[in-house]
Amino acid sequence: MNNDKKIKLTINDKPIEVDEGITILQAAKMLDIDIPTLCYHPLLEPYAACRICVVEKKTGENSDLVTSCNTKVQEGMVIYTDSENAAKARRLNVELLMAQAPAAKPVQEIAKELGIEKTRFEIEDPEEKCILCGLCVRTCEQIVGAEAISFIERGKNRTVSPPFGEPSEACIGCTACAYFCPTEAITVEDLYGRKVIHNELNLGPSTAILVPIRQAVPMVPVIDEEACIHFKTGECKLCEKVCEKEAINHEMEDEEIEIEVGSVILASGFKPFDATRIPAYGYGRFDNVITGLEFEKLNNASGPTEGKILLANGEEPKAVGIVHCVGSRDKNYNEYCSRVCCMYSLKFAHLIKEKTNAEIYDFYIDMRCFGKGYEEFYHRLLEEGTKFIRGCVSEVTDLALTEQEEGKLIINVEDTLLGIVRRIPVDMVILATGLEPGLDQNEIARIFNISCSQDTFFLERHPKLAPVSTFSDGIFLAGTCQSPKDIPDTVAQAGAAASEALALADKGTFELEPITAEIDEERCSGCQLCIGLCPFTAITYNKEKGISEINDALCKGCGTCVSACPSGASQQKHFRDSQIFAEIEGIFIE
Amino acid sequence: MTYAPNIRIIRVMCSGRVAPQFVLKAFIEGADGVLISGCHPGDCHYQEGNYNALRRHRLLSKMLEQFGIERERFRLEWVSAAEGVKFQQICDEFTEQIKKLGPLNLNGGKDEHREA
Repeated sequence: MNNDKKIKLTINDKPIEVDEGITILQAAKMLDIDIPTLCYHPLLEPYAACRICVVEKKTGENSDLVTSCNTKVQEGMVIYTDSENAAKARRLNVELLMAQAPAAKPVQEIAKELGIEKTRFEIEDPEEKCILCGLCVRTCEQIVGAEAISFIERGKNRTVSPPFGEPSEACIGCTACAYFCPTEAITVEDLYGRKVIHNELNLGPSTAILVPIRQAVPMVPVIDEEACIHFKTGECKLCEKVCEKEAINHEMEDEEIEIEVGSVILASGFKPFDATRIPAYGYGRFDNVITGLEFEKLNNASGPTEGKILLANGEEPKAVGIVHCVGSRDKNYNEYCSRVCCMYSLKFAHLIKEKTNAEIYDFYIDMRCFGKGYEEFYHRLLEEGTKFIRGCVSEVTDLALTEQEEGKLIINVEDTLLGIVRRIPVDMVILATGLEPGLDQNEIARIFNISCSQDTFFLERHPKLAPVSTFSDGIFLAGTCQSPKDIPDTVAQAGAAASEALALADKGTFELEPITAEIDEERCSGCQLCIGLCPFTAITYNKEKGISEINDALCKGCGTCVSACPSGASQQKHFRDSQIFAEIEGIFIE
Repeated sequence: MTYAPNIRIIRVMCSGRVAPQFVLKAFIEGADGVLISGCHPGDCHYQEGNYNALRRHRLLSKMLEQFGIERERFRLEWVSAAEGVKFQQICDEFTEQIKKLGPLNLNGGKDEHREA
């Protein structure tokens, strides 16, 4: 666009000088002259479908009606937005729209402004909302790039539809059309009629640009590639257009940055137990069987339900069952106790009691209230009237045996205190899922030369004397990557790990194992057998010398390389071959 | 807690440090049986030394048989530092087993092979 060329025109007798190439509507906006529009959107190509923006253009004696949204300004133009001719035409167009879409709110509002009470044309469908403005079609084509909907038929049968009126494969479900629709003629519905979908609840905005969690560091939004329209169709980039700081770049890629550090604190966290692994509990099959984390989202005041505890059909539950030890203390899944579930289950019970009138059943194996004030909290719940049933839940089913059980989820449980098997009908089941080691725990252990215990949580150097250190100097542990623990314990351990790291940095040196292995340069043939065997990657091959060399700082002194060395070049200090042979000989001296 | 007195212990840092020569040396010097014991698989103090010990044990067992040393005389058992009772039981049981086999006669074994 040539920005230098200016064009003079008058709108409602007001003179104005504007850049070439803009429309009458944009020029009027600069003069604060309001022209009503329906089908216009600044981000889309003008279409002139609603014809409400019609204005009168006078050229000498001749007068002409033009749509201001798509007519470009011309030198010496004389425009009247509210002249008698223009107003008359606009009223006619509004009346036509009122006949086409009587239920469209924006049309009614404009009609009210213009003082039109009734349309003189025949109304075909009093429920119709679509004004055929084409915003949805243009959005789908120009912004989304999916081209899943278009106008079909002609004349009075014209309507917006996907091909052949059937759900289109081209539709990516972005709902942009519904967002752009000015009259709510297009709405988004869940095909299954659910109002609350528990396992799809997201905290915070569920748009493609989002801050992943509210405590995110750094606190900057990111683009969710799976949700972003641009990564689906290659179009859109609306955010890039509207961001004034030009901070958005869709071409950015992940990069690796190398940072040299003295010590590392591993806080890689845990993975929640996948409740679908216990099919008997019906998670994934029943809408109202949810996990602890899903309940947290449901309960969050700034979450999608604004903190209301709701069933999938949008109603409040009348009875809720909380199942403890899901995936924990169970030889089929994890043998260990996940530590946090008892207390968070009690918290849930307390919150449900506070927010609803529901009966609450807590199914526990043992109540493990180990922390400060925890036991007192448990007693408070006992007094609040939560029903605690000691026993393992065998099954959650929707198969009703009695009338009372109709439409409910029935929890099958052995009440070990009463010694009977009970069936308890509830509306919602919360599974207190346990903590599992992260997926890449072994991979991380390999990278940092540390060990995992048998349950694949990271192994600390000593459970009592060095609970945050590892067998690699300078590598410390914090939080659930070491063992399941709650937030107070995690914070305590993290503090300890940080001070251990600081202590190491302050000292500037660390002690080596006295029993490391060493390689005799004279004897080493450079076969590199030891390199593959060393679990601590302490051995490297020196190409110049043609021998393998041991890094004392990494060697832990296990001696695996020594017993494998075919030439006896590798020897472990204090455990040399000769020393051990002498020991063996010593044993057999009579 | 006591275990069989005829067991003599040679301490190394990891079962991965046990070189095949040590086992052979022990048999040459007059041992009637050799027991290697280390951390459980997956629970190695040094990450994976015990897997190397396992592999060496398999190969060495085959070799010892060819030397005329019975398989039962060379055992590998996983005993963690916390399993004192298990260690005691294994020691006792192993000693019993060796007693049943009787003393190892290396030279006799060798001669038999030569004649055959």
